[in-house]
Amino acid sequence: MDSLAEILAPYQGRQRDALLPVLWDMQTAFGHIGPDAVRQISHTLHVPEADIYGVISFYSLFSAAPTTETVIRVCTDPVCGLAGADEVVHRLCHRLNIQHDETTSDGKYAVSHTTCLGLCDHAPAALISQRGHEEIAVAPVSPESDLLELQITPPYQSIVRGDILLRGVDGRHVESLTDYGNYRALHHAITTLGPEGVIGEVEKSGLIGRGGAAFPTASKWKMTRQAAGQPKYVVCNADESEPGTFKDRVLMEARPHLILEGVALCAFAIGATKAYLFVRGEYPESTWRLQRAIDEATHAGLLGENIFGSDFSLDIEIRRGGGAYICGEETALFEAIEGDRGFPRIKPPYPTTHGLFQRPTVVNNVETLSTIPGIVEHGGDWFKQWGTEKSTGPKLVSVSGHVHRPGVYEIIPGMTLRQLLEDFCGGVVGNLQTVLMGGAAGTFLTPDQLEVRLTFEDLRAIRSTFGSGAIMVFNETADLPDILRRLGRFFKHESCGKCFPCQLGTQRQMEILERAAAPLAGDRERLHDIGLTMTESSLCGLGQTAASAVLSALEKWPDLFAVKGQPV
Amino acid sequence: MSDTVTLTIDDHEITVPAGTTVLEAAAQLGVEVPVICYHDATTSNGLCRVCVVDVNNGRLLQAACVTACANGSKVETRNERVERSRRTILEMLNSAVDLQHAPAIQTLMSDYDADPARFPDAERREHALLDDNPFYVRDYSQCVLCWRCVQVCAEDAQYTFALTFDGRGFDTHIATAFDIPMPESPCVFCGQCVGVCPTGALKPKIQWGMEQGLTPDEIRQSTRRSRHRREEAEDG
Repeated sequence: MDSLAEILAPYQGRQRDALLPVLWDMQTAFGHIGPDAVRQISHTLHVPEADIYGVISFYSLFSAAPTTETVIRVCTDPVCGLAGADEVVHRLCHRLNIQHDETTSDGKYAVSHTTCLGLCDHAPAALISQRGHEEIAVAPVSPESDLLELQITPPYQSIVRGDILLRGVDGRHVESLTDYGNYRALHHAITTLGPEGVIGEVEKSGLIGRGGAAFPTASKWKMTRQAAGQPKYVVCNADESEPGTFKDRVLMEARPHLILEGVALCAFAIGATKAYLFVRGEYPESTWRLQRAIDEATHAGLLGENIFGSDFSLDIEIRRGGGAYICGEETALFEAIEGDRGFPRIKPPYPTTHGLFQRPTVVNNVETLSTIPGIVEHGGDWFKQWGTEKSTGPKLVSVSGHVHRPGVYEIIPGMTLRQLLEDFCGGVVGNLQTVLMGGAAGTFLTPDQLEVRLTFEDLRAIRSTFGSGAIMVFNETADLPDILRRLGRFFKHESCGKCFPCQLGTQRQMEILERAAAPLAGDRERLHDIGLTMTESSLCGLGQTAASAVLSALEKWPDLFAVKGQPV
Repeated sequence: MSDTVTLTIDDHEITVPAGTTVLEAAAQLGVEVPVICYHDATTSNGLCRVCVVDVNNGRLLQAACVTACANGSKVETRNERVERSRRTILEMLNSAVDLQHAPAIQTLMSDYDADPARFPDAERREHALLDDNPFYVRDYSQCVLCWRCVQVCAEDAQYTFALTFDGRGFDTHIATAFDIPMPESPCVFCGQCVGVCPTGALKPKIQWGMEQGLTPDEIRQSTRRSRHRREEAEDG
């Protein structure tokens, strides 16, 4: 085992922005980050001890108190819940003779839960942390799986289907640089198009951000390019953690070079020389594969100094998140990279002028950036040939739950939800009850809404959303209150606690959802008031959507939370 | 860019220097927007959201303490949406935190018809009283998480950095690193945190002792004893 001093040696002279990597090194080596470690980190990075402690306590995957040698975290979000995650936890605990969240008396094992691991197509999933080793995500796990001895079946293979972004992706193969080619689009940009030309093609393509907020990508890039202040940054938001979403994981695992080239094109276009890939801590496989791809590209001279002999240089650094859904919010993500608790900032000012380190910054989602090489190489019109006027280009969706073939599908906007489920996903298993569209922060759709065309504009018209592209399908056997309960627990667990409506509202909402089987008089009205208050008054997008699914459920099912014998 | 902006607040037109917050502009008109976390001496973080107002009937309400006045905008400081948010936030806060020593919040509760019993069977944030130094006691059961104490201990005033947040979401509470007692932390007992606390969470020990019905002599004994204990601990 490395000593504290050995771990800290490479960080000498670094500052607070190195905090997250240091904490990861300590957590991995010792299984926790105790007072001695905090004192020495404080001396090395010049960060107050209290602040470091506050950061450790913010992130789910860090611990200030000693932990067991192995920590097994099972996902209990809706799709894993449906697939029997509770039974997995129960059997594991029974075998170890402990309760949930307890540790075995020999200090070897602890069983806990985690939020979505992006393995919904192989539900249920688990994350295993072993002291001294890198994390492993495993799926599917069953009550019979021998998670204790790590007798894990071959790695999961996702069903993927697509001809554009997902061309050649079969869910098994990792694309090497040789397979991918020598960043032809980047070469074209540097030698022919120039930065303005790149932004011009992105603008022509009509590309809308794929992260959930649906903002036009070219506008963001233009504003950042024009903003005063140097240096500028590109941040790839790979903190995919919306329950039911795993398209970015599949992209990162299968096509890391596509993403890196997209990041490089963005940096070239806005005038940045430093980029960060913020990958969620629960995605170990994505992290290692991206790092391998960065090394490969740097070795080949496609990243680093004077790319293609030009004066464009780019350094791409991976940052592993510490386990916090809120860090998918762009400003909370900046705080995390800067070495703080992931509290979202007040906007305005926006990232285009005051982003990472208060500098002009483009933050784009993984899928958004992965569309860029194609757009630059073939032109904006190429991208626009697919989809509708307002929803151009191919779009990835993650389909999970009660369909025959859960997986990542590249759809052409305009196809209907029914076509997706029937033609791509092999149809619904059993009778459809509802579809949760857009993730935990999305809305419920009923079987009579299957003809909706999957476009940004059509979904908005029925007050739904693509959101993160998550589509969770539930048949008549799924217990709606149970789904809502799991969503409620998720938001309670992930609220950062900064603003009162979300900090208090996610707790109160969860409590009411927990008693759905025996609601109290007035619970519908309570949920309604909490929901609207969070939606209208919360500080960031998490709180503003934490009641979205619940409010849509109240509207669709008037009997929910109604007290028997009392008028609704 | 013009140096002033003109807007209407509750149908009153007002012209203010650019950068003025809605809260400040409203105050100039004599319109009182309620606040909990806001304090003149600390950085506004828009936490409590009790100061939300309706700007141009937008999809989201805006926190008046951090929203700059925009030219031509129409602000309503109290309408149905605003009232629902304020009332619900107050009701939820009251269901989680002991507000008996927070008279300003109590007044807001009655102003907004907040029902103190709106959330039955609600988990409360309960913490044991921390009495670990001669100067003040900490009762985080009364803490609303306004952040003021953490801020004055850090860059807003003192640069001492004794305090931080422990945990996340509803379970957040203010703490020292590893919950060490105050005398072992970098705390210099400047008292600024006690001065900005809007509830009874941080209290001078003498005030607390008097509330407990102790006589001045008994209070003096108790503070002296803990000072002695500290000196003994340092000597030992």
